[in-house]
Amino acid sequence: MLTSNDVRNESAMQERHVTQLSAVGEEIILSTRNLHVFYGQHEALFEGDLEFANHKITALIGPSGSGKSTFLRSLNRMNDRIATVTGEIMYRGVDVNQPAIDVYEMRRRVGMVFQRPNPFAKSIYDNIAFALQLRGVTDRHQLDEIVETSLKQAALWEQVKDDLNKSALALSGGQAQRLCIARAIAVKPDILLLDEPASALDPVSTSQLEDTLLDLKQKYTIIIVTHNMQQAARISDYTAFFNAGRVLEYDTTSQIFTNPQVKITSDYVSGNFG
Amino acid sequence: MNSKTQNKIAIGALYGIAGFVVLILLALLGYILVSGMPQLSWHFLTAPAKAFLKGGGVGVQLFNSFYLLFLAMLISFPIALGAAIYLYEYAKDNWLTTTIRTAIEILSSLPSVVVGLFGFLFFVVKLRLGFSILSGAFALTFFNLPLLTRSIEDSLRTISETQREGGLALGLSRWETVTKVILPAAVPSILTGVILSAGRVFGEAAALIYTAGQSAPALNFMDWNPFNISSPLNPMRPAETLAVHIWKINSEGIMPDAKAISSGSSAVLVLAILIFNFAARYLGKRLYKRLTSA
Ligand SMILES: Nc1ncnc2c1ncn2[C@@H]1O[C@H](COP(=O)(O)OP(=O)(O)O)[C@@H](O)[C@H]1O
Ligand SMILES: [Mg+2]
Repeated sequence: MLTSNDVRNESAMQERHVTQLSAVGEEIILSTRNLHVFYGQHEALFEGDLEFANHKITALIGPSGSGKSTFLRSLNRMNDRIATVTGEIMYRGVDVNQPAIDVYEMRRRVGMVFQRPNPFAKSIYDNIAFALQLRGVTDRHQLDEIVETSLKQAALWEQVKDDLNKSALALSGGQAQRLCIARAIAVKPDILLLDEPASALDPVSTSQLEDTLLDLKQKYTIIIVTHNMQQAARISDYTAFFNAGRVLEYDTTSQIFTNPQVKITSDYVSGNFG
Repeated sequence: MNSKTQNKIAIGALYGIAGFVVLILLALLGYILVSGMPQLSWHFLTAPAKAFLKGGGVGVQLFNSFYLLFLAMLISFPIALGAAIYLYEYAKDNWLTTTIRTAIEILSSLPSVVVGLFGFLFFVVKLRLGFSILSGAFALTFFNLPLLTRSIEDSLRTISETQREGGLALGLSRWETVTKVILPAAVPSILTGVILSAGRVFGEAAALIYTAGQSAPALNFMDWNPFNISSPLNPMRPAETLAVHIWKINSEGIMPDAKAISSGSSAVLVLAILIFNFAARYLGKRLYKRLTSA
């Protein structure tokens, strides 16, 4: 039963509430404008304009099928052969969603870690080193050093430092996901995109991964899709709520979880649907 | 009748059918090996064949079979690899790729005798290559290409899409992703496919009768200059293979020990193909282990 009080509260709620981070003094490293994504005729994303703050963790939450992955994969043009992406993706003042952009170079700046850990069928060392070697880093000493720092940053070094020549496919799920993070940061990106990186991991590995991401925030801007509300609350500075192809609410994480402005967001974060 | 009994009957029937197939295979292998093994000797495996007298061997035919196999693989593997990579990694689904796939399907179901007659008309007659190793190798390429392409494509398919995404997300081009990530991971399975198809090519007769020819001139195994006519490496000489030899002895062999030679040759052929098959399994497994284990 709705009381009159509830009805008034509900009407006070907005339909959308998207904060402009540039207006609140954040340094913006990446932003989208007029972003639309089509899978064939099906428009999977049509209101996805967001600004991302430098060296902050932004969480993308929302029910499954709401377009989070679609949005994230558009940011580093991973949707290139799969979907049509229109609109602007401004990275440090340059629209990277235009044909003239060197997409390979761009993906090195905007790295990605996937839902299922996907280490290559190579040694742990080569998983990290081979992309660098392809880009002309051949000095063994330098490679060793990058492999070591990347593994340390991904909090995997201590566990694998004696097994660098062993196959990466023998690693546990949590370790494999860390290796994927190490691999991504070895090419020295600015931004790390993570699509539900912990969903295939056990609770212990998940919490270790969260700690790692908090450490990585010093050096990288992190955008993470998660279906785990506690995870978003624990690690992110800002949170965007997606629903049915639209960003309905974007604000500081504490605001989203304690005082959401949009009814659906409120329902979602309180676990009433999704 | 309840579903439990039904299940039992179905399982029983399936076991029966499977057992029957295995039995046929064992009987065939047993017959060939039992009647052929006693003929095998170092002399038999190395001596040249004799047309009218007792005591000939299959040395030249054996060499021809391996040499043809080698050449056929040398030609067909790069083409099949390229075609498979194009079809699976690059091509979009459109009329062109549908046409190519259909062509491959049809080509792979073509009877090998048709491939052989085509090879005769085209390579032997039209291109004037004569009955030669080269004509045979080209015919075998036609025979082998569709199956090998399909098997390599299947190998590529077994590599998860997440591997490709992983490569692309690191800023690798599609080509770099295919050559540095996908192919290395697919090597065990590609190799298995290559060896299995080698077994098929090794035993092929119909495609070779009118291309590589039915005669095996004596070879001088001291002469490795491919331009000399008696050199084993000369690709322009006619070259009867082991499988063709078996066919020929059985249809028109006039040596007194034709039956024994035919049995011996069959045993060699079957053994070689068995070795190919076991090698494929063994190598594939080992390579896969090396890739995946600590
Ligand atoms: N490769 C694809 N081809 C066609 N439709 C897709 C594809 N990927 C996602 N979609 C559709 O786009 C919508 C958003 O999906 P997605 O971005 O994966 O959502 P989320 O990550 O939030 O669960 C869904 O309706 C989904 O069916
Ligand atoms: Mg998703």
